[in-house]
Parts: sequence; C-alpha cells; structure tokens
Amino acid sequence: MRTGVDKPNDTSGTIAPGEVLLAVEHVVLSFGGVKAIRDVSFDIRKGEVRAIIGPNGAGKTSMLNVINGFYHPQTGTITYKGDPRQRMRPYIAATQGIARTFQNVALFKGMSTLDNIMAGRTLKMSNSLFSQAFYWGSALKQEIEHREVVEKIIDFLEIQAIRKTPVGKLPYGLQKRVELGRALATEPELLLLDEPMAGMNLEEKQDMSRFIIDINQQLGTTMALIEHDMGVVMDLSDRVAVLEYGQLIADGTPDEVQKNQRVIDAYLGVSH
Amino acid sequence: MLYRENGQYKTSYAADAAIFPIRQDKIAVGLLLLFAFAGVPLLAIMGVGPFGHDYIFKALLIPFLILALAAIGLNILVGYCGQISLGAGAFMAVGAYSAYNFALRIPELPLVISILLGGGVAALVGILFGIPSLRIKGLYLAVATLAAQFFFDWLFIRVKWFTNYTPSGSVNAPKLEFFGSILDSPTERYLLTLSFVAALALLAKNLTRSMVGRQWMAIRDMDIAAEIIGIRPLYAKLTAFAISSFIIGVAGALWAFVHLGSWEPLAFNIDRSFQLLFMVIIGGLGSIMGSFLGAAFILILPIMLDQLPRALGLHVSVETVSHLVSIITGTLICYLLIVEPHGFARLWGLVKEKMRLWPYPY
Amino acid sequence: MASLGNFIEVLSGGLLAGVLYSLVALGFVLIFKASGVFNFAQGSMVLLAGLALVRSLDFLVAHSMPFAVAVVGALLFASLVMAFTAWVIERFVLGPLVNQDGLILFMSTIGATFIIEGAAQLAFGSDVYPLKLYPTDAWFALQSLFPGGVLVNKLDVWGGLIAAFLVAGLAIFFQRTKTGRALRAVADDHAAAQSVGIPISWIWFVVWLVAGLVALVAATVWGTKLGVQFSITFLALKALPVLIIGGLTSVPGAIVGGLIVGAGEKLAEAYLGPLIGGGIEYWFAFVLALAVLLVRPQGVFGERIIERI
Repeated sequence: MRTGVDKPNDTSGTIAPGEVLLAVEHVVLSFGGVKAIRDVSFDIRKGEVRAIIGPNGAGKTSMLNVINGFYHPQTGTITYKGDPRQRMRPYIAATQGIARTFQNVALFKGMSTLDNIMAGRTLKMSNSLFSQAFYWGSALKQEIEHREVVEKIIDFLEIQAIRKTPVGKLPYGLQKRVELGRALATEPELLLLDEPMAGMNLEEKQDMSRFIIDINQQLGTTMALIEHDMGVVMDLSDRVAVLEYGQLIADGTPDEVQKNQRVIDAYLGVSH
Repeated sequence: MLYRENGQYKTSYAADAAIFPIRQDKIAVGLLLLFAFAGVPLLAIMGVGPFGHDYIFKALLIPFLILALAAIGLNILVGYCGQISLGAGAFMAVGAYSAYNFALRIPELPLVISILLGGGVAALVGILFGIPSLRIKGLYLAVATLAAQFFFDWLFIRVKWFTNYTPSGSVNAPKLEFFGSILDSPTERYLLTLSFVAALALLAKNLTRSMVGRQWMAIRDMDIAAEIIGIRPLYAKLTAFAISSFIIGVAGALWAFVHLGSWEPLAFNIDRSFQLLFMVIIGGLGSIMGSFLGAAFILILPIMLDQLPRALGLHVSVETVSHLVSIITGTLICYLLIVEPHGFARLWGLVKEKMRLWPYPY
Repeated sequence: MASLGNFIEVLSGGLLAGVLYSLVALGFVLIFKASGVFNFAQGSMVLLAGLALVRSLDFLVAHSMPFAVAVVGALLFASLVMAFTAWVIERFVLGPLVNQDGLILFMSTIGATFIIEGAAQLAFGSDVYPLKLYPTDAWFALQSLFPGGVLVNKLDVWGGLIAAFLVAGLAIFFQRTKTGRALRAVADDHAAAQSVGIPISWIWFVVWLVAGLVALVAATVWGTKLGVQFSITFLALKALPVLIIGGLTSVPGAIVGGLIVGAGEKLAEAYLGPLIGGGIEYWFAFVLALAVLLVRPQGVFGERIIERI
C-alpha cells in the first residue's frame, strides 16, 4: 500500500541501502555515579530493521536518547550519514531525518490527532506569520498541501475515525499509533521506536507489526526499535543488538542472537 | 434537531478547516456580526431601549470589547503557548504610552497607525521580556513577568518624558481623528473599537489554527517532544510573546484613547493583570471565544452585584461589592479548575453537544 | 567614617527588613516543601491572620480584659481562624485537585487568594488597624564606633530573632521527624505517597495549618510595623523574589534570600536611586530575581530540575 509520500532526499548522497547509516562508537553515558552505557559500539545499516533488546535497565532508551540528542555522552562518537560528531542535538536530529517515538507516548495532549500529525510537518512548511494571520496565499496553500499528506498517513494507519479527537482522550494503543503517524509525517530516514508494542493486545500488535513492515519495505525507512516481545523481534528485525547493564553482549542476526548463551543467561537472570 | 450537521458534507480540506465548519454556526456568527456592526448603531440612532443611552456603550460594550481583545492576547501566551504571565497590565501600558507618544510627537500619523505602532512597540518589549522564558519555566516565569509589571509601573511614573512632563502625571488622549472627522459620539467610538477587535480577533484565530499555532500548543503540551519534530522553542515562544504583546498593546492604546480619554499609569497596574488572567482562566484557556466569554463575565459581575441588591431594596456599599467580587471570582476560578479547566468555552461546547443531540438523550 | 556609618545603617535596616520578607517566604517554602504546591495565597493568609488577631484583640481590650490575657485570647482566636481556613482549603480546593499538575494547583491558589482577601475584609473590615505587640522604638547601636550610633529599630531586631527561632524549629521538624519525612514524600509525588499509606488529607491540613501559624507570626511583626491593612498583601508579593533567590524548597534559603532582597533593595534605593529618579525599591527585588533566574533557573539554593522523557 503506497502512502504517496516522496522518498526523502538523501542529503549525504552517498549512503546506499546496506551501507552504514548511523554508527555509535565507544559511547559512555553516566549520570552522576550511575553508568547507563559503558563503551557500546554498533551500527545501523540503511534500509534495515535493527532491534535493540535487553532486560530492563540495560540502557536501551538511554541509547536512543543519545542518538536523538537528548542525552550527551561523556565519550564516544556518533556518526550519522558519514558525519562524525561528539553529540547530537534534538533539533539537528530532526532536520537531518531522525524521528522518534517514546516509551511513554509524548503526544501533545491538548491537540487533536490531526493537529498532532500536522505538527510533524513543521519542518516541511515555511511561510510567513503574515500570510498565516490572513490564512491566505502560501499559508492556505501549504495547509491544504500538507493536510493531504497527513490524510494519507491517517489512511495508512487506519485512524480516520479519530482524526478530530483530542489525543488525551484516546486509549493507549491508539495514542501509540498517532505518535507513529506524527513521526512518519516528518518523512524520516531513520525512525527510532521505543517499545512500540508496549501495552498492546495481540490484534494491536499484529496491526503495528504490519505498519512497521510496510514503512520499512515501501518507504525504505531505516528503523531501530526497542522491543520486549521476542516474537516480534525475531519476525521483524534484520539484525539485533543486545544490551545488558549498559554493555553490548551480542550483535547479529536474530538466529545468532537467540542461540547466544550470554543472551540466554541475561534473560534468565543468571547471576554474574 | 436544530443543530444537527446532517447533510453537511465537506468536499475539500479547506472547507473542513474553516473556522466555523458547521453551517448553523456560520449563520449564527454572521447574524451576530451583522447585529454588532449594523444593528446596534441603528438602534442607537433610533433611540431604542438601552441603546438609546450612552451608558451601554461607555460602561459595557466598549470596555467589554477592549478587555476581550486584551484577553485574546493573553490567551495566546498563557492558553495556547502555556507561558504564564502576570504582567499583562504592563504591556497594555506600553501600548498606550507608545501610541500616545507617537500621536503626540508625529501629529501627521493617522490615528490607526499610531495605535498599531503602539502595539508594535509592545511587541518588541514582549520579545525582550520573553527571552527569559527560554530558560525559565512555570511559576518562576510568572515571577519574572512581575518584574516587567513593576518596572513599567515605575517607568511611566518616574520618567517624565513618557507623560510629556505633565505635572499631575496623567495624560489626555489625542482627538480620535479618522479620515478627517472627529469620532466623538459613543456609537462612533464603539464602531472604531469593534472594527479593531473584530479584525484582530480574526487574525488571532487564523494564527492559532496555522502552523505557528500548532507550534505554540506543542510547546505548551510537551516542549521536549516538540524539539524532536523540528519545532524550535525559541521561535515558538518569542512569536507567542510578540503576537500576544502586540494585541495587548493595541488593547492598551484603545483602552486609553477610546475608553478612558485621560489616564495615569495606575490604570494598568497589577490588578489589571490579574483581571485579564481571570478572564482567560474563566473564559477558557486556549480559546478565542473563551476570551470574549471571560471578559463579559468579569465585566458584568460587579455591575450585577451592585444592581441586584439595589433592585431588591438592599443597600450594599461599594467596598462590600468589591469584596464580594473577589470572593465570587476566586470561588469560580477554583470551581472551574476542579470541574472544567477549559472554562466557559468548554462548558459552551458541552451545551452545543447537547443541542446536537436534542431532543434525543444520546 | 560618616558614610561608612551611613552604609551600615542602610545595610542593617535592609537586612532586618529582609527578615520580614523571609517570615512570609517561610510559609511558602513550608507548603511547597510539603505538598509541592506553590501557595500564592500566603500573603493573603498573613492579612487574614493579622485581621483576625487585631480585631479580636481590640474587641477583648474594649471589654476590659487585661492586655496580656487579651493578647493570648486573640492569638488563640486567630489560630482557630487559620485552622479553619486550612481545613476549608484542603477539603474544597486541594483535595479535589490532588494529582493535577502544578500549574493548575498554582492557579487555584490564586483563586484562593482572592477568596481569602475578600472574605477577610468582609468579616473583619478593611481599615488600617494599628497593632503594638513589640517595642518599636529606635535604638542607637554601636555608639562607641560611630558618632551618634547606628539607628536600628527594635522591632526589626525582634523580627530577626523570631525568624531565626522559626527557621531552627522548622529545619529540625523536616529533617528529624517522621511527619517531616512524610511531608517531603508528599511533596515529591502525591500519588506515590498515597499508595504507601500516607494520609494526604491530614498531611495537607497540618501543613496549611502550620503555614497559617507562620503567617500569623509574620502578621504580628508586620502588623506592628505597618498596621494591619490590605496593602500587606502587596508587600507579600515581594516574598516571591525571595523564594526565587533562596530556592523554593530551602528553609535557610528563605532567610538568606530575604536578607539579600532586603539589603539589596535598600542599598539600591540609597545609592542607585538618586541617579535614576528614586522609587527603585518598587521593582528592584523582582529584577534581581529575574537576573538570578537567567543564570540559575532553579534559584540559588533550589534543586536542579532534570527533565526525563
């Protein structure tokens, strides 16, 4: 099912599918005395679905926050589209095509579904305050243009019925869908999903899996997802990185990781 | 039955995004505007009922319109963008005194331009005092806005240049000259005010449903997440301060020129700031219509509390009335915050919901 | 030497005036520390306490009670009024709003401010009522060092002593007692505190009662200095910059903040004032607070706000 959204422009121009889109190297992140991430390095290749798994407290969300620019690592390099840097900033991440959903659904509760997803189009819209005040000219034209794009996303995610509902009133599963829609609206190259299936029942998980596959295969969006549901991880992802206590303990295809003894120990809780 | 939107299909996104998508609303608002612009002056000329007297214009309609405009301005900052401000009175003062000085020192400027320039200066000052909001949040910001309030209170008293060195400290508004003729009668002043307010309310409404409005609300609801979709807090907050202060500044100029005639800095003190904040809270945070409802309520309450006992034959002192106003306003704020944080505007929305269903229960 | 003496006079006057602000600020800190609510109504509580006190005192004295007994009676009456107010606020305002976010609670205290101000004046009157509970005469200190001595007002000294006493008591209360710990838990997270069995309604009632009593103490000092009148609430607004500078959660911070604001104000008025036309006291405290916030958004003593997502 096509959504009609144009494939995003590759600003770097040289990253081909299969090559490294984002790499983190020797990242160390601590808060006061607590080391959330200790010397972790892995990469994400363009066009793949990368899972990041691990027991609670392993540092998975912190890792996404580092990629996003919410947390700044004490040491380490983040290389995105061939451009190495010490730290990312949220706004720069947004302009360069990194989008994100959050574990605790960070939607704008006072706005409707439609407005939330339209807000995701901010970077694609540019017109003067003046034309917005009169709601004419380029402002009106862009409102309609981007509304059309957003409606396609709404169709894709099957949330037409709730487009005018304030998101604060929506059940959790639908909120997560709206948040995904908002992330899609930014036309990202790299989409970071933090526990997209959390709190969902079987049917909702099937829907969400379908969306993830479609986004990856039809839009070509590279995805990194944190997930606890092993079935989902094994079915959806191309490669898996496993974290435990802030360290990378395995990195490979789902099959390889599944058979890795250290990973099994980590989940079964063998004491170290 | 009357209020169903059955049969009203929207065939374009533009139609769906209109300010009043439901036909009944369009008709109602159209009639209201017609009455406001044409009906009221007609009734005034014919001397019908209360419109025959100046009182309804001077004491009710004109102050209502101007305060509603100021409330719209404050609502943009507090209701849409979530930045608490306790200094709205100061921005009215900046607008008033700037417009005054423009009109005084450059007499060739048309009145409307002086008023708009007054708003412009208020906007610049608003941006300046908005810069701290990038680092300071919530109630800390509220205290910071008090700095603006008290500073400007002091400035317009002490720095005599602003008041053109009048010995008493109070100034007189310039003559309201509009295309050559002097606007003197209450009806003419009312129409001038109505024009300003209707125009600016429309512009404000347009902004709130455009990209910038969504940015404001995003910052209000979750400013951390807003950055991740590319919203710059700097741009959003400063535009909110700028637009809000512009509107409040114009309202201040109108208050001074059209309503008061002559004024002193006390007209814009902290009591005024609280009054505007209450209008916004009671009327509904994040609602343009709510600003009108809140202004109407706050304006009418003391009048009602004054007239009602009198009608019943009881004598109530001015002081008692003002204490009662305090108590009732405070109680209503607490009540609304508990029951309906979105104020009268939401309550009105619920009434409309009921009207949609009537005569069916659900 | 004369100008140094002058400086010390202004400074000491400012420090002691600052202590008065601290007395009001303490009430804010108490409530914020214990419930996470920024109580905008603290100033109006000072007014209410003062009015209840002075009117009952005048009433009892007019009925020929000996002064000392009348004072005790009046203090009891005022305390009861504050207890009643605490109960009403907890039951009708805070209780229904528990678990709402801070800004809504803050605005409800603004609403409460206006209710209290209106009700206090309706019940007890809106004139200026003089009060004399402490000596108010001047005292010329350090006469050996400075000719003529440094002018200090005895009332201000009493205010300082009372503030010191209150601070010590409150600090001990929060750090060392079980109730104090419970209060800190409630301040952190209402829902979590409830879920471990802390009786929030009772705790909030206690907190507001204590804040009310602190307001009463502040009212005794302020009332003696200025007379009990509506404009006290305006001065109480000055406690807000004190809180900014001292931090919302620090009891010693309230004192230090008060000293800084009081001294800063008076010194600015004395030395900067003549340069820009005087009357600087009106806004200086607020602009100072603004400047502090720009550098440290959480105030001098406040805790860093770390936002998680």
